[in-house]
Amino acid sequence: MRQTTKVLLREVLYLMQKDFVLEWRQKYAFNGMLLYVGSTVFICYLSFGLRGGTLGVPVWNALFWIILLFTSVNAIAKSFMQENKGRLLYLYTLVSPQGVILAKIAYNTCLMLILALLCYLFYAVVIGNPVQDDAMFLATILLGAVGFSTSLTMISGIAAKASNSSTLMAILSFPVIIPMLLMLMKMSKNAIDGLDRAASTDELTTLLAINAIVVTVSYILFPYLWRN
Amino acid sequence: MQKNWWKVVTVLLLVYIIVAGFLNDVPRLAILNESIRNTYFHVPMWFGMILLLLISVVYAIKYLKTPTLRNDIISTEAARIGLLFGVLGIITGMGWARVTWGEFWSNDPKQNASAIGLLMYFAYFVLRGSFAEQQQRARISAVYNIFAYAALIPLLFILPRLTDSLHPGNGGNPGFGTYDMDSKMRMVFYPAVIAWTLLGVWILNVKSRFEILKQKMYEHAHA
Repeated sequence: MRQTTKVLLREVLYLMQKDFVLEWRQKYAFNGMLLYVGSTVFICYLSFGLRGGTLGVPVWNALFWIILLFTSVNAIAKSFMQENKGRLLYLYTLVSPQGVILAKIAYNTCLMLILALLCYLFYAVVIGNPVQDDAMFLATILLGAVGFSTSLTMISGIAAKASNSSTLMAILSFPVIIPMLLMLMKMSKNAIDGLDRAASTDELTTLLAINAIVVTVSYILFPYLWRN
Repeated sequence: MQKNWWKVVTVLLLVYIIVAGFLNDVPRLAILNESIRNTYFHVPMWFGMILLLLISVVYAIKYLKTPTLRNDIISTEAARIGLLFGVLGIITGMGWARVTWGEFWSNDPKQNASAIGLLMYFAYFVLRGSFAEQQQRARISAVYNIFAYAALIPLLFILPRLTDSLHPGNGGNPGFGTYDMDSKMRMVFYPAVIAWTLLGVWILNVKSRFEILKQKMYEHAHA
């Protein structure tokens, strides 16, 4: 048992390293995502006709999370589509499917974390920053990155198998992600208003529970998805 | 006949529910008034939906263990009929909400949660439609079915508890369960839950037998 856990861990680390190297070599994908975030924020700024921080807190909050949602759907959608058939077959002979899904989840979490922080930075600079409890808001972003990447990674694995995968990615993921998004919005609203941190514990535990369920289910189901 | 006694029970119960549900006396409650009769039709739809979706997931798991055509067909048809029950539940609920809450859609957490749940299963059928090959379609949609159900359960049962709902029994509103539903209402309500659920299982039974036969016929036509 310990032996297999160790092997799995080694696989996960190795596969993550592979993904980072790939991302580094084809920087256009990551740069594309950055530009996507930047232009979306700028479009929001222009379409609301803002002159620095005149957006109400609920609108600021909703807009931020919607931008982040679309960014993550687009960023994570490619996690299985970019893998060509030959490489998948090669991986199939080398590593366990559990290793693949865990590595993808971990890698996507890192990617989302970077994107979300940059998005927050840019958003705050362009549209203004009403956040009062910074630590709590950053914790919410962290949870959001983890939550989005856990549920979207599995969905992108499912969608990549089908023919019209980009449409499917959106319609399959939105219902799954809405409960998470609502919890996150509530938590970040509390952080923006600088409420007592105890007010967010309910949301925090629910989010952690949903994440745990999603990771477990992905871990169990991915081998069936991969076998082809 | 011995195998079909439950179908007779279903028909008799449904006749009883429709007659008693509309004609029996109900408690006079403020706001709810006569609309309390919706308990016999709206609430059992959700029971039926949950049961049928559960059957769908169980057969999806069974399919992943032993991939047979039968498991796939039952899983799909159960999801389809569960979705039908869900749509009926939402329609009966919206009509009732217009009368008692004033709006068809009042941003009630349970309403939102059920709408999201329905979206999830609509997406399931879109996913099914996008595969040409039968085995791949069956396997991948079974995976999504289980994944979606795991995400739906916290949605339906945990989320409404975090925010106040307008539904009876939530947020200080009078509930049917404890003191409002007198014994006479229970005499109709419990049979109603059983009968509508049985009706769903019956439809599933007929529909999946029909689909299996259809598949067999195609196979013979090609062979």
